[in-house]
Amino acid sequence: MNYTLQFGQVIDRLPYLAGGAWLSLLLATLAFFGGMVLGVFGAMAKLWGGRVLGGIANAYVVFFTNTPALVQVYFLYFALPSFGIILPPFEAVLIGLTLNSGAYMTEIQRAGFLSIHRNEIEAAETIGLSPLQTVWYVIVPHIVRTLYPALSNQYILLTLGTSMAAIFGVEELTGRALSLNAETFRSIEIFTITAALYMVVTFVANALLVFVGRYYFRARMRLL
Amino acid sequence: MHSSLSQLSRFLSYYNLEFLLQAALTTLLLSLSGCVIGFVLGFAIAVLRQTQGWLLLPLRIVAVFFVEIFRRIPFLVTLFLVFYACQVLELDVSVFVVAVISTCIIGAAFLSEVVRTGFDSISRQEREAAQAMNFSLAQVLIFIVIPQAWKVILPPTFAFFLSFIKDSALASQLGVVELTYSAKVMNNKGFSPELGFGAALVLYFIISYPLARLGQYMEKRLGISRHRRT
Amino acid sequence: MAFLGIDGLKARYGAHVVLDDISLNIDKGEIVSLIGPSGSGKSSLLRALVGLLPTEEGQVRVESETIDYRDKNAVRRLRDKLAIVFQQYNLFQNMDVLRNVMLAPLKVKHWPQEECRREAEMLLEKVGLGSKLHAYPDELSGGQQQRVALARALALRPQILLLDEVTSALDPELVNEVLDSVRLLARDGMTMIIVSHEMAFVREVSSRVAMMASGRIIEVGAPDDIFLNPQHERARDFVGKILHR
Repeated sequence: MNYTLQFGQVIDRLPYLAGGAWLSLLLATLAFFGGMVLGVFGAMAKLWGGRVLGGIANAYVVFFTNTPALVQVYFLYFALPSFGIILPPFEAVLIGLTLNSGAYMTEIQRAGFLSIHRNEIEAAETIGLSPLQTVWYVIVPHIVRTLYPALSNQYILLTLGTSMAAIFGVEELTGRALSLNAETFRSIEIFTITAALYMVVTFVANALLVFVGRYYFRARMRLL
Repeated sequence: MHSSLSQLSRFLSYYNLEFLLQAALTTLLLSLSGCVIGFVLGFAIAVLRQTQGWLLLPLRIVAVFFVEIFRRIPFLVTLFLVFYACQVLELDVSVFVVAVISTCIIGAAFLSEVVRTGFDSISRQEREAAQAMNFSLAQVLIFIVIPQAWKVILPPTFAFFLSFIKDSALASQLGVVELTYSAKVMNNKGFSPELGFGAALVLYFIISYPLARLGQYMEKRLGISRHRRT
Repeated sequence: MAFLGIDGLKARYGAHVVLDDISLNIDKGEIVSLIGPSGSGKSSLLRALVGLLPTEEGQVRVESETIDYRDKNAVRRLRDKLAIVFQQYNLFQNMDVLRNVMLAPLKVKHWPQEECRREAEMLLEKVGLGSKLHAYPDELSGGQQQRVALARALALRPQILLLDEVTSALDPELVNEVLDSVRLLARDGMTMIIVSHEMAFVREVSSRVAMMASGRIIEVGAPDDIFLNPQHERARDFVGKILHR
């Protein structure tokens, strides 16, 4: 093996890489909340939207869950300009990931809505809560608690999924790894450290989600 | 838009279609080989983690690290790691092989967890009863655990295969001539991107959707037969 | 020379002491029942005997052979002589009753197939399930499943049978069919250690009764002695509670 591992050069640029991790998290978080909003509307459309709206929502879900996110972003980035819409890389990836996530979220949220038992709503009515209060104090907490594991999982998947942004030149973690690689050619060192950083990020995110879930929402989740 | 329509007949030439379809086949081949080999490896890892002696402890530790690490790294990073590792080790392999190796690694990591969950789903008490009767670990797995666990293992495994068909798109970044890469080639050839990437999207859909329906059907059938006797 | 001798067995679960220096000798053909409050270690003792609960200290002697639980081969030999029936029957769900009973003799002992089959059929007949040979566990009632579990334990021709609260998970009307099967075995002279809450049954069938509390055996004696005239304060306490319905 004609290759000696030299981690020194890479360790020096650790702050640079870590900054990329920050961007990855930002991208993931934005896509997560965007996807969640889409998911709620999609779920409502599928459950209560009638033939037309339900059909559109269903087509959206079916299309976005059966095609790769990467190609969806390629389409947004390269094909939209033909229609006059030019998206910069970060935005293209963000929108692509949001749309993609939204499709999966639709199914998740649908399960969440379906998990509400009529009894809970009736009980809320008999206590005298207004529809709005019922939604805020009974339905939303119930849904969040039920869906918490699925949502957390989705968030972690998104965090890992942001690595595709590197392909479009976005300087998130993988992107910066590629830049660094072009500079120093310390490929193995760079990518092992990048991998380690992803593990740290997902572990921290997971731990946070678990603790928030347990304390605020009393969701049942395991740490590892 | 107008240009796309005029290009359509040129796009749909025999040569192009053959190219795209071959690329789609590569996608399927990549996903399938990675998942099948990955399943075998993952199964072996899951069985390894069931053993209890001191002898296999170092192997078990390595297995745990392997699984926990590769489940938490993006596939793209794994691809690059394997690529550069092969370079460093002076292994002269094609990018396709690099992609297959990466797929096997990821597959092994994820599917070993699926198998492990399947094993754990079989009540510990049945296994204890077998232990008390001097069944060896292999016998417990073969006669009692696997005949019941396969129903729990199969649907998530199929789901993983399905999701991997989509993840394989990332291999295009390495230069593997799979479906996404072929769309990029189309783009570079001068065809409008909505044709190239649109075709890719359509082809991915054609591959994925029927399999997804099959998966749903399988899950329903296995779920029913699992709960039938209660 | 005792048939089964337990010497100073100790086990713990984390910081919690589960078995605290258990010593007990059992003769061939004896039926010793373990009674006591929940958590006193009765089930744990049976599980420790058969090697399902790791022990810290202590040994077990069977037919003049001393078993060290750290020696895997010794534990295997021990399991040849002991058989255990669990509270939750623990039948193998993926095979019918006959195969449940036949599997261990066939695959572990490698006895000939025909012999295993005949013996399994005979045992199932003995516990009253001769007509259910090809039924699956989830098609049977709790009492029937427990009787299959009994037959399965007997198929390995054990010297000593351990019964761990075998009726506790059953609906009341199903308890007697299982107890009847146990009575049959008692009449046949099988050496048994029984953990049970069925006090009338314990009094009827045991040669000796041992009372356990907090991981220790606090009193051992003939059934009448224990139930009518307990010496130890905690024993008196327990007996008082269970007999004062």
